Amino acid sequence: MSGPMRTESGEETIPFTFDGTTYQARPGDTLAAALLANGVGLVARSFKYHRPRGIMTAGIEEPNALVTVGTGGRAEPNTRATDVFVYPGMVAQSQNRWPSLSFDVASIFGLAAPALGAGFYYKTFFGPAKHWMLYEGFIRRAAGLGNAPTEPDPDNFSQRAGFCDVLVVGTGPAGLKAALDAAEAGKRVMLVEQDAVPGGSLLRDPDPALDPATMVKRIKALGGEVLLRTTASGYWDHNFLTLTQRLAEPGEVPAHGFAQRLWHVRAGRVVLATGLIERPVPFANNDHPGVMLSQAVRSYVRRWGVLPGKRVVIATNNDDAYLTAAALVEAGAEVVALLDARASGPAAPAGVTVYHDARPYSVAGRKHALRKVTAVIGGSEQSFDADLIAVSGGFVPVSHLHMQAGGKLTWDEAAQAFIPGETPQVCETIGSALSPPAAPAVAPAGKAKKSFVDFQNDVSLADIDLAWQEGYRSVEHLKRYTTLGMATDQGKTSNMVALSRLAEKQGVTVPQAGLTTFRPPFTPVTMGLLAGAGARNAGAHVRRIPLHALHKAHEPIWQPLGYWFRPRAYPVNGEGLAEAALREARTVRTVAGLSDVSTLGKFEVSGPDAAALLELVCATTVGKLAVGRGRYTFMLREDGMVFDDGTVWRLAENRYLLTSSTGGADRMAGHLSYVRNSLRPDLQCSVVNVQEHYAGIALAGPRARAILAALTGAEPPRHMGYAPGTLAGAPVLVLAASYSGERAFEIHVEATHAAAVWHAIETATRAEGGAPYGLEAMELLRIEKGHVVVGGEVDGRSTPHDLGLAGMLSKAGGFIGAAGLTRPALSALNRNNLVGLISLDGPIPEGGMLIKRAGTSPQGHVTAAARRILEGGAIALALLEGGHKRHGEELTVTSPTRGEKARVRVTSPHFYDPAGERYRD
Amino acid sequence: MYQIACPHCGPRAQLEFTYERTVDAVVDPVADAATAMQALYTRANPMGLDDEIWRHTYGCRAWMVLTRHRVTHEITAVKAIGPEALP
Repeated sequence: MSGPMRTESGEETIPFTFDGTTYQARPGDTLAAALLANGVGLVARSFKYHRPRGIMTAGIEEPNALVTVGTGGRAEPNTRATDVFVYPGMVAQSQNRWPSLSFDVASIFGLAAPALGAGFYYKTFFGPAKHWMLYEGFIRRAAGLGNAPTEPDPDNFSQRAGFCDVLVVGTGPAGLKAALDAAEAGKRVMLVEQDAVPGGSLLRDPDPALDPATMVKRIKALGGEVLLRTTASGYWDHNFLTLTQRLAEPGEVPAHGFAQRLWHVRAGRVVLATGLIERPVPFANNDHPGVMLSQAVRSYVRRWGVLPGKRVVIATNNDDAYLTAAALVEAGAEVVALLDARASGPAAPAGVTVYHDARPYSVAGRKHALRKVTAVIGGSEQSFDADLIAVSGGFVPVSHLHMQAGGKLTWDEAAQAFIPGETPQVCETIGSALSPPAAPAVAPAGKAKKSFVDFQNDVSLADIDLAWQEGYRSVEHLKRYTTLGMATDQGKTSNMVALSRLAEKQGVTVPQAGLTTFRPPFTPVTMGLLAGAGARNAGAHVRRIPLHALHKAHEPIWQPLGYWFRPRAYPVNGEGLAEAALREARTVRTVAGLSDVSTLGKFEVSGPDAAALLELVCATTVGKLAVGRGRYTFMLREDGMVFDDGTVWRLAENRYLLTSSTGGADRMAGHLSYVRNSLRPDLQCSVVNVQEHYAGIALAGPRARAILAALTGAEPPRHMGYAPGTLAGAPVLVLAASYSGERAFEIHVEATHAAAVWHAIETATRAEGGAPYGLEAMELLRIEKGHVVVGGEVDGRSTPHDLGLAGMLSKAGGFIGAAGLTRPALSALNRNNLVGLISLDGPIPEGGMLIKRAGTSPQGHVTAAARRILEGGAIALALLEGGHKRHGEELTVTSPTRGEKARVRVTSPHFYDPAGERYRD
Repeated sequence: MYQIACPHCGPRAQLEFTYERTVDAVVDPVADAATAMQALYTRANPMGLDDEIWRHTYGCRAWMVLTRHRVTHEITAVKAIGPEALP
């Protein structure tokens, strides 16, 4: 059977619920059309004053009818009822009301409106802080939109790239013709339409000469891509656009798993056939359910066969609304009055009384329905019984994409509208957006206080006047002070009305008053769509070291390090992290341990100018290195700060291996490439990133040398020496370098042979009573030894001098950062210097601040805290103001956030074997 | 997102490239301290065309100099740099 407001008989076949009540819809209905067809007039409460709101438009510009559609993780709050198509079982709910839409306790705010006007937040902030404390919780609960779902979104979102010669936005008459012309000329065409069916204004005002379905069929037959339910949401540089495509309606279970698709399209030419949005008319209570835009009324009547009212008043300043009068009469409604603000107009349909020089003054009614419209006609008031008022205050070209593309606007005085003008991109606007109907400026008649401009943010004419009175002259200030145009609709229906009021106040023309900038997205975009496949665990990729599977068998505690995962410790017998790390570190100090260091940055630099390149990159001398020897090195930024460290080895006359920190490896790769290709392309050398080519295994401890000698059958190189060798049948590079402070080696082997080499070393090490150790033990070892780490002590603000490395700087200079080091501030005496701390009581809180006594300013901070491995007692590394000269001083480390404190003595950072005797034979 | 004509690969999305610095911000490693700090901290930043160093990092990894308009974002020239582009 036909619904109460349907004009034609037909089957209501699609069940849906709104606020728990089940209704029936017809195929093709938007939620708004279905609600109107079922006589539901009240669908929302306003943002600030909780005023009853109905459906005002028939498109994406809807400011009032925001609802939550769907349930659980699929719920989509703030969905425009005019921009969602009903599907079987759809669950829709109103928002921002308690306990119910019809009886909303917070609507009492409407009575407090004078106190909640423009600038309310600013004034509250400037007032005593206790007032804000009082209001905050109350405001947060009261003001608002729908609630974000708390459950994860069960759906997937896809992303796709697209390319075309011509991208046409909009399937109204102009868009369809442009797309068809381009397709017939052999161009690759993409045509996008945010609606579920093509046609645009043809769906409201059909033209027998233009059948959208036939035209779309023809475009597709010529190879064109036609995307419905797809919004061109962003227009970026170089004709790059983002399209958001709905594959399922909000809250609907997607047929193929994907709810939406984000398109990245590069178009040769862009044609914007985006049409017009109708301007509302300000008068008292113009936000009441039953006040609708004229073209929207015509759409409901013609497209959906729904009569939003039976006794209708029309208020207009242009000819277009006369078509609405005709459509209503044709559908059997009574047009009580046509109020035309102009002195004359076209001929009205039969039976419609036209009043000229007539403006709406106010409306009144109950929550659900309108009852009375009062107008000022030629200076006197007259009231009409009516359940609907269709208003048209003129038209606004949809120039959002044009402006996003960097386009300019020109002013059309007759239409009182900004028209798309020049654009720096290969883009043009066509159709009605270029030629809006003439619609003269009309002064509002009703009381300013209840005459709403921005319906979504509850901004009235009075708020604009108040902002003006308080000195907010620029349109940008007006926007920020009143929040006008800052709601989810970005002021699609409000900007021009507000601008006219501002211009009127200033006594200037509208273009002189200015316009705020439209920014992407055109309509709201869900976060899931932007995340796409990067949602859930796919946000970052995982880099696996060659020995990943082998470590996994030991069931270690893993540590994410950049994109890498490395074993943090290998607990046995139910050990915790701290216990396991201490045991592993003790094993290294007393016997031997092995550890995976595969993630170190590794670069092979070769060629006649290899040394010259390295002397540019490294701040230490490199050229004098003998073949078969290596040394510690560090690299500076151009401003003189240390940014990475590692070792450099001369493998052959013109061949070096440079290692750098794990975390900085990618940055170092980019830096080396810049230096080699951009800064010194004249050098004869090559830089090859071999980070993942070689796996690296560190073997450290008093027994390391003997273990390695037995495995390779050769005497291992002495400290900072290099030797090639064979281990477990595989060729290896043996570098004698120590991070732990013990006699130690790095054994680098081609990744494919890594497992056999690790296995051999592990077996031999365990036979001696040793064990594998992880990053946590490595941290204990290096802190005790006083070795810096990139990201800890090397924090981008420390110079070589700060870190105690100045003695190693190349005297010859010529390295990157040498000039930066000469800046006076870098030799200031109060710079933060690397020091060691020995606790005089308990553990030292990592990250804690160093103070002389309570209440004084911090003089530094703890970068890494640990304990002595064999002796016990807490130690730490820290950066301390003028620290080099303060050894012996007693200070307090405090971490107020953790409520921890320790009394410490400043010392050298080298706690363990400062003379370096343990790694020399 | 710009479309950049890589001299080796043809037109590609900006997503594949990384920006290094403007040409006037290149610090000559053998320059005196004053000149080096001038290059490091002072930018011409013209309201018009400027030369910028970019790298096709997620493509062929080659380096190039783009001449780009800082207002319209129009790229008027792309020139390969690096050892193989030397005269």
